[in-house]
Amino acid sequence: MTFDTPDGPVHAVTDVDLTIEKGTTVGLVGESGCGKSTLGRAILRLLPENARISGTVRFDGIDLSSRSPKEMRDLRGRNIAMIFQDPMTRLNPLMRIRDHFIETIQAHDPNVRPEAAVKRALKVLADVRVPADRMNMYPHELSGGMRQRIMIALCLLFKPALLIADEPTTALDVILEAQILQLLQSIMHEYDMAVLLITHNLGLVAEFADRVAVMYAGRIAEEGATVPLFREPYHPYTQGLLRSVIDLDTTKLYSVPGAPPSLLGESVGCPFYPRCEKRMAVCEAVFPEIRLVGEDHRRVACHLY
Amino acid sequence: MSAALLDVEDLHVHFPVFRGFVQRILGGGDVKVHAVDGVSFSIAEGEVFGLVGESGCGKTTIAKTLVGLVRATSGRILFRGDDMTHPDPKTLFHVRERIQLIYQDAHAALSPAMTVGEATADVLRTHGLATETGERVAPKSEADLRQAVYRIFDDVGLRPPAFYYDKYPDELSGGQKQRVVAGRVLALRPELIVADEPVAMLDMSVRARMLEFLMELKAKHHLTYLFITHDLATAKFMCDRIAIMYLGRIVEMGPARTIYANPKHPYTRALLQAIPIPDPERRTKKVLPRGEVPNAIWPPAGCRFHPRCPVALATCGWEGRDVIALLEERWLSPELAGREALAGPVEEWEANGLVARRDVGKSDPAPVQVLIRKIVQETGGPLGDAIRDIRVEGSTILVEFRPPDSLVPKAVEGRVVECLLY
Repeated sequence: MTFDTPDGPVHAVTDVDLTIEKGTTVGLVGESGCGKSTLGRAILRLLPENARISGTVRFDGIDLSSRSPKEMRDLRGRNIAMIFQDPMTRLNPLMRIRDHFIETIQAHDPNVRPEAAVKRALKVLADVRVPADRMNMYPHELSGGMRQRIMIALCLLFKPALLIADEPTTALDVILEAQILQLLQSIMHEYDMAVLLITHNLGLVAEFADRVAVMYAGRIAEEGATVPLFREPYHPYTQGLLRSVIDLDTTKLYSVPGAPPSLLGESVGCPFYPRCEKRMAVCEAVFPEIRLVGEDHRRVACHLY
Repeated sequence: MSAALLDVEDLHVHFPVFRGFVQRILGGGDVKVHAVDGVSFSIAEGEVFGLVGESGCGKTTIAKTLVGLVRATSGRILFRGDDMTHPDPKTLFHVRERIQLIYQDAHAALSPAMTVGEATADVLRTHGLATETGERVAPKSEADLRQAVYRIFDDVGLRPPAFYYDKYPDELSGGQKQRVVAGRVLALRPELIVADEPVAMLDMSVRARMLEFLMELKAKHHLTYLFITHDLATAKFMCDRIAIMYLGRIVEMGPARTIYANPKHPYTRALLQAIPIPDPERRTKKVLPRGEVPNAIWPPAGCRFHPRCPVALATCGWEGRDVIALLEERWLSPELAGREALAGPVEEWEANGLVARRDVGKSDPAPVQVLIRKIVQETGGPLGDAIRDIRVEGSTILVEFRPPDSLVPKAVEGRVVECLLY
């Protein structure tokens, strides 16, 4: 995927192949600007005018790229739902919570009467543990945790098969974050829903995801099952990222040298080359295609393997 | 340990809440946010002291109070023994040469219309160049000033300085901007640096570099840090001593090593447990505190953590509104809500201090009283034990609690804890 800008094309996401199995959680990790959010939006085609996409997105075997805008609108929320980082900016400050639910339901089923919609909403609200009287409140009257629960409830109305969660807890404090993730986890099982968890937080991925994809400079650097990937990361960037995590056991600080590259214009070679501690001559000239490495269906884009 | 550089004694910072005209006439007294509500700590010279807590706990308000951006409501702030709680403008000018603040968002701290060189030079124009003897002299010429900025940039690792001088903030990376901010702060040769979430906005792969940089500066310039963060892992790495804050109070304070090895306050334990562990082979089921941080306008009675505390006692501060919260939580289950409909709805309950009440109007209060008794009994726990009486007065059901035990910070195994368990 490429964005046309006055300075030239920005290659936000390049050659990404990613599969999410039914009912599983895939963690998409990377630092700011690596293309993880753009990828999440590309699945739902929630992109600005200047975006150019190539490639296909298949959902349940159906190619979404051939769908009309109207068909996509119906699919969003019904089959694939998305929650965002900041629930305050996603809820309309002038609308009561109940009206958010009525609007969402009627967007897909225009014939549902408001009373029926509210009844449906109350069932979902109980699932996310929000007291029923919150329905009559405005977003600003609710706490941050309640707002994010309501966002989740709005996503659950149509029992989507896939939930794209873009930094769902980044705006929340650590205890609240853990609460919301526990909730998401139980709901996932209850609704048999797959989750694409987009985050910069490796800790969340380790606790939550079945598989992990690490993105760097718009590409997937490494992808594999969570446990083996954390136990033995192959890509030097994944290794660096895992070493740079500061947790309660950290005794020595580490940071990856340098800074991520600009995605403006064409590039050759491995995008991580300038920062890599294991770089070789070939890395500068030839881009490493992602390929299967080892036995646990791990894919790595690195000339070392 | 050397003498205290900073002493904060029983600091209170309250913010009035603006209320509409009608509400003010209807009364209800002054409404205030109790952002900081009786906080005392001291920082020794050369120390890294951490203030740790979640958003809204008051840590940033303390930082702003120290540099005079917010006025203390009461209490004292002593810097090297000098009272600077309410500095006059002239004193404040000099206070800021001694205490400087590094903000979380370096981008917002820099003017987008000024080159970072100019932004730094501006500080030197205002405060003068610091000399070896500690005096400040006005720069002799613009060239002189530019050279001084170059020295500062070189010091904070922005090399070559001439290259960075003419850059605008949006041309620099997050880490570089944070270095500019640090340079501008160091230009004043401060003795205490208050760093408010200095790495929260940086990406993980470069966060460590910034922390190392802060530690280098500290060693080179003999600085003392007040390090403010919500991240317990970073605090553990950076701080000599830490204070854990919750809703405007310090709940546990002591040497970082002691607290991390064996946290005593239930809130500290909850915080530590909630941190995600970047190791999928150590996944554990977390037991998290209930609910969210309450509103600081009406903080809970007794220990502020009691409504969420997993090990609360009957004497921790249970009050009227806790009963209402209990009913609300129970009735999240549609089944219970149906069975106990007689006691509700929640909106008809009203709390006032230690009492919760509901006027049942024309219906018979006796069965409601019985039902509330049953609910409380079923729930059990400290809340139930704290209830003095469930009675009927006319058409009103009243649930009354016993007053809480008084809560004072106590020395427990090498740290101070504010908790009735000890």
